[in-house]
Amino acid sequence: MTQTLERPTEPEAERPGRRSGLSRRTRLRLVPYLLILPALTVLAVVLLWPIGQMLWISLHDYGLQQLRGQEADWNNFGHYAYVLTDERFWSVFRNTIIVCLSMVVLTMVLGTLVGILMHKLPKWASTTLGLGLMLAWATPVISAAIVYRWLFDTRYGLVNTILESLPTWLVGADWNEFNWFNSPQTLFPILVITVVWQSFPFVAISVLAGLKSIPNELYEAARIDGATAWRSFWNVTFPMLRPLFALLLILQVIWDFRIFTQLFILAGGITNRDIHLIPTYIFQLGFASTPPNYGMGSAIAVIMTVLVLVISAYYLRAMIRQEEAR
Amino acid sequence: MNNVYRLRRLLGRAGAYLAALAVFVFAVFPVYWVLATALRPTGEIFTREPTLFPREITFEHFERVLSGVLIPGTSFWSFLSNSLVVTVGSVAFTALLALLAAIAVARFKFKLRSAFIIMLLVIQMVPVEALIISLFINFFHLGNALDLELVGNLSGVFVIYVAVSLPITILMIRNFVSAVPKELEEAAAIDGASGWTIFWRIMMPLVAPGLAAASIFAFITAWNEFLVAFTFLQNNTGAYTLPISLQYYFGAVSIEWGSIMAASTLLTVPVMVFFLFVQRRMVSGLTMGAVKG
Repeated sequence: MTQTLERPTEPEAERPGRRSGLSRRTRLRLVPYLLILPALTVLAVVLLWPIGQMLWISLHDYGLQQLRGQEADWNNFGHYAYVLTDERFWSVFRNTIIVCLSMVVLTMVLGTLVGILMHKLPKWASTTLGLGLMLAWATPVISAAIVYRWLFDTRYGLVNTILESLPTWLVGADWNEFNWFNSPQTLFPILVITVVWQSFPFVAISVLAGLKSIPNELYEAARIDGATAWRSFWNVTFPMLRPLFALLLILQVIWDFRIFTQLFILAGGITNRDIHLIPTYIFQLGFASTPPNYGMGSAIAVIMTVLVLVISAYYLRAMIRQEEAR
Repeated sequence: MNNVYRLRRLLGRAGAYLAALAVFVFAVFPVYWVLATALRPTGEIFTREPTLFPREITFEHFERVLSGVLIPGTSFWSFLSNSLVVTVGSVAFTALLALLAAIAVARFKFKLRSAFIIMLLVIQMVPVEALIISLFINFFHLGNALDLELVGNLSGVFVIYVAVSLPITILMIRNFVSAVPKELEEAAAIDGASGWTIFWRIMMPLVAPGLAAASIFAFITAWNEFLVAFTFLQNNTGAYTLPISLQYYFGAVSIEWGSIMAASTLLTVPVMVFFLFVQRRMVSGLTMGAVKG
């Protein structure tokens, strides 16, 4: 155990100390630092330090022995060189991109359509639908994954029963014991449905809130000009709600990029080599391989973090600007 | 002409209602199916001819979950109390730390202020899924150094939940503190109120709704959390939280869907209740600034 914990550096807070002879002004200057100190300490120990450690581990040969205290050897970006030329990594990467994009596109399109629909419905219908959406949204991720696994269960699942009872010319035969969870071609679509089911309500309700903020005159003007619903969406709604759409899009990408629990439950663990997304792959390298390869897992984790930060750069920039304008 | 227009309107309206009905069924059906499975006898679950509605309602699965021993040496109540301790505890801790930091950020001008806020914004973007390996290693070493057991029991999970929900909580509460008119505080100060009185009598009542919303937000996150708990508690079934206990069923030879659905219902109910309280703020909190008004 050679590492020492980094204390958050707060020159102004530490230098004067808590002596009694301080002037009122100095004491007042210290107050904000004392107020953020507890939060900062927790963040430093639990998040900032591990972020640094993730970088450090990704650059070293790091396995069980190193965890138990052996010195870790610098490996000259070896993990990165390996990962970036590894076919397995790229296939996981490709799956992640395809699955994530499908989720995001479906969530955004469905969510927007439902938001517009709710805006058009009379109040009672829109409220009722909103309540229904909330049920899906509020379901814990793990419960959602479990019920979809049950719906698509091989032997007693509702979906297979229904497919079996439908005419063969329509859906084909042999649904009786069809296993949806064995191959990526059938498992990933179910994963997409599970995630979209839980995330489109948030988009729908956000879009509804946005639509309510657009003055009605704009739509009336468009209607007088003879615009169709399609054109009035692209010429009025979309430009007015562009910041909202941008934000929703980024949030969805980031959330869907991180999917772990649903895949873990649907695939029944992480033992199936063919069914991996980046988060489960990291987990497998760290905790389900013998021996665990923390170095390699961390290298992939760094790649994932960089991707997420790049994707969220627009959002972060907007937020930081907003801060500066305050 | 007029009739055609009317007919189109009518069809349009019927279409809208039909679409709404379809969306409603899509959203609600899985939730219904959880309940329907939890409430029907085992014989009705393991059948090739399932019915939409249970022919017979039974609470046997709930009884099994509540009284039965799911994993040797544990019970539903131990999972529930683990979940409650770790979520309620971490939320209370988060709320306290976040309130202090939020006051600093909203009410004081200091050198590191913007640096602190930018750090919060960036750090909340870093995915826990990526950090999981170094979190594990960090807590393993920290535990060794402090001679505490941080991996394999709830304390490590507890601290991580606090840290993960701190940034968004600070930022949310900060907005509420900023919204308290300074004039109100100044007027109280002129009337001779002490700093403490101003805090309790003027600031707290106005910030409390924000504190509650942020806390519920943090509660839902922690209550549902899976990956960290699973990684840290894998071998210690006695420390399992509810979500982790649910995945344990899948290791069994035959999956008892009735019990799983009953347990899943019990996990979901508290979240649904809290969700109703904060639903509005969830939207405005997450899309802060993107919608005007």
